[in-house]
Amino acid sequence: MSGLEALYDTFTQKAELVSAVVSRVDSPEAAFRYAVDVCDRKDACQLLVSGCAEPLSPNADGLCEAKAAQKVMAAPGLPADQLPALKALCDEKGIALIEDGLLDHLAGIDIGFTVVDFGIAETGSLVLDSSSEAVRLATMISEIHIALLPMSKIFETAYDLEDALQDFMASVPNYTAFITGASRTADIERVLALGVHGPLELHILLWEDI
Amino acid sequence: MQEAKNLNAYKGEVDKALSNSFLRTAMDNFAVAYRTGRANAFAGMDVETLIAEIADAKDAAIARMDDLFEQFKSKAEAAGIQVHLAATAEEANRIIADIAKENDAKKVVKAKSMTAEETLLNHHLEAEGLEVTETDLGEWIIQLRHEGPTHMVMPAIHLSRHQVADLFTDVTGQKQDAEIERLVKVARRELRQKYVEADMGVSGANFAIAESGTIGLTTNEGNARLVTTLPRIHVALVGLEKLTPTLHDALRVLRALPRNATGQQITSYVTWITGPNECRSAPENKKVMHIVFLDNGRRALAKDPVFSEVLRCVRCGACANVCPVYRMVGGHQYGHIYIGAIGLILTYFFHGREKARNIVQNCINCEACKAICAAGIDLPGIIKKVHGRIQDEEGHPATSALLGMVLRNRTLFHSLLKAGRAAQKPVTDDTRYIRHLPQIFARDHGFRALPAIADKAFRDRWESLRRPVENPKHRVALFAGCVQDFVYPEHLEAAVDLMADHGAAVDFPMKQSCCGLPVKMMGEKEAERAVAVQNLTAIDPNKYDHIVTLCASCASHLKNAYVDLLGDDPQWEEKVRAFADKVTPFSVLVNDVLGVEADEFKDYKIKATFHAPCHLCRGVKVTEQPKELIRKAGYEFIPADEEQTCCGFGGTYSAKFPHISAEILARKLDDFEKTGADVIITECPGCVMQLRGGMEKRGGRVRVKHLAEVLGEERVKT
Repeated sequence: MSGLEALYDTFTQKAELVSAVVSRVDSPEAAFRYAVDVCDRKDACQLLVSGCAEPLSPNADGLCEAKAAQKVMAAPGLPADQLPALKALCDEKGIALIEDGLLDHLAGIDIGFTVVDFGIAETGSLVLDSSSEAVRLATMISEIHIALLPMSKIFETAYDLEDALQDFMASVPNYTAFITGASRTADIERVLALGVHGPLELHILLWEDI
Repeated sequence: MQEAKNLNAYKGEVDKALSNSFLRTAMDNFAVAYRTGRANAFAGMDVETLIAEIADAKDAAIARMDDLFEQFKSKAEAAGIQVHLAATAEEANRIIADIAKENDAKKVVKAKSMTAEETLLNHHLEAEGLEVTETDLGEWIIQLRHEGPTHMVMPAIHLSRHQVADLFTDVTGQKQDAEIERLVKVARRELRQKYVEADMGVSGANFAIAESGTIGLTTNEGNARLVTTLPRIHVALVGLEKLTPTLHDALRVLRALPRNATGQQITSYVTWITGPNECRSAPENKKVMHIVFLDNGRRALAKDPVFSEVLRCVRCGACANVCPVYRMVGGHQYGHIYIGAIGLILTYFFHGREKARNIVQNCINCEACKAICAAGIDLPGIIKKVHGRIQDEEGHPATSALLGMVLRNRTLFHSLLKAGRAAQKPVTDDTRYIRHLPQIFARDHGFRALPAIADKAFRDRWESLRRPVENPKHRVALFAGCVQDFVYPEHLEAAVDLMADHGAAVDFPMKQSCCGLPVKMMGEKEAERAVAVQNLTAIDPNKYDHIVTLCASCASHLKNAYVDLLGDDPQWEEKVRAFADKVTPFSVLVNDVLGVEADEFKDYKIKATFHAPCHLCRGVKVTEQPKELIRKAGYEFIPADEEQTCCGFGGTYSAKFPHISAEILARKLDDFEKTGADVIITECPGCVMQLRGGMEKRGGRVRVKHLAEVLGEERVKT
């Protein structure tokens, strides 16, 4: 195994350890197909329970009622030249694709799709400049977060990213996130439960860009 | 939240916790699971170096606290954040309430912050008419129950799923099942609505990076991201000790914090915020952002030569995770607001003597916390110093002062011990145990059989035991320690023979006294120092190659505490360092120096397990030599799961908190019995006293022996 393959391998293992689903894609288009496919199959499997089926207080239940009837995917920050390709795939399956206006969807959206800035192999983490509010929301209120990570951007440890992170922080204002696995809690009897506030699933697509 | 008025009331609350069977099981499971989780998370990493680097960097930052604050402030203000410095908890709360008022905020969502717990921020904001909702699941649960946290990282660890289901039934007005997965989803929906309604988000911060004016937040649930994103106002309440010069410092702490806290490589989310970010619900699409730094005693603490290292704490909670006492009593009895070993200390500095007085006495001094602290804080040492300081401030209790007085006078102390021999006659039935305790004593101490004082102390038989050695290869001073000198002299006799047979000239300097650990445990610092000076005078390190002791607690105290006590005193500095260097635990001398081998012993293959005394495995970091010797002595060695867990003795601790001591002991004995071993071997007379007494009391069949006895018995004398 080459040095780089070992790096990707470590990244994959560490991310999978925290229940991320990791796959490889050869192009952004392949990633779009993956995302649309996951979105399309989502309800059929009934794997996800966002909580709206539970007995809730009238207030919280009201927010569930506000959920869009149509499936929604948010892909804020996607380069303008790539958007049409994803849009076409979403249209085919009747999925609403949004880039903005996420505040109207706080009840929850189905998929948040982002292209992330870096990967940290040692911990299987994603680094995402989330200074855009839409990016922050897409990665928090979505039930599934699908992240496209160019493999050329994977580094061994967070120390290796220090310069890049300092650059982010120098461009004020800035909001940078390390994301590792799905939202989780063990606050009740130390039993692990995913998706307490943020995504219930994290899918990482390693893009073979080199 | 521990608020008992006096020690007896506190003990009463401890007893209630000890009889809570859910808490017992939850804590036991956690204690065992944590060890493995942490070890896996740190696998392949040089943890010791990492911790030392964190400690150094933290010390450097603490020394520059005021500078770093100014640097952070100018960076953050340039970015558009309003920065405040609150001298007290009340001032911090008032500043935050004023921010809410000025911005016409009515509803607040909070991400978990121990600093906000420290200031009781929620109470203050609620009194000002604001609706405050904690969004971390555990914090929300305890907020709804009107309780304080029982762990810094897992605030609701004391509650069962059934209690949470009942609580959520009340909150939602709908019947909830006690299924964790579903309860978590209910919280997800209920809290999502709270984020949507909130005007103001309040968070803490794990890091405040001065070079960029950035704050860093770690969470698993992601609630801090929503709290800092959705509401139009964000206020971060940050302790001044979170200031750190560079991003590198923060990344370094981040390598240790989650691993040490929960055995995770990293938390699910780490958020770095620099300046007020885009916020569509705010005026001009820009967040209103304030950072309130909290002093509340931190600036004074940073300048304190003895206690400043307390500010290194990164709030991982690991000191509670490994604490045998916390495991028995839970967080509500083991801290006021801050929990665990660090909580016993911070309570004194942040919440005052009243709140700290009782809990600070509840440290068994096993050093498990010190060994695991992510910032290398000498937690048990500092707890004793805080205890001592409280006694200096309030006056020393009679028993503690009396012990201090007696120990300073060696001849008086030894006469009293001998007098004890005569006094116990009516209660021993001529056995090696005290059979009938006077009624007032027996009620609390009946959990173990106490040993009787020996007919003749070791020191009184020394002249007849002394063995002349021609051309000795090693010159050894034997440090007896009180328990072996007066209760178990047979341990020392066996050791003297073994050492002499291997060419060691053993001397027993008669003017040696108690090592001083018992007075340290009582917070009697002056007596501790006086006793150390006596022993340094009695034993000249230049005359010996090794100062050997069979007592792990003595070894650790002589080796570590003496340097701490006298290392900066020009009169003693040189001598105390030479002395400490020569202190050698018995097993190290026998295995590594004398080179004792297996062919000297019988080979019966008796099944044996080992209890690692706290002050051996952690105090002087000796773990392998005793086990090698057990194998060499012809035993089949079977490790116990909790080999390195404290036995619950802790010297004077077990007299002060007998019920906790008994619970810790019961678990240890269960764990040993599970191994199927016929004998438990250890290397500390205190542990022998506790384990043997407990085994005798429960009528167990497993014998308990000191390593020196075992080696003495199994040797084939030539």
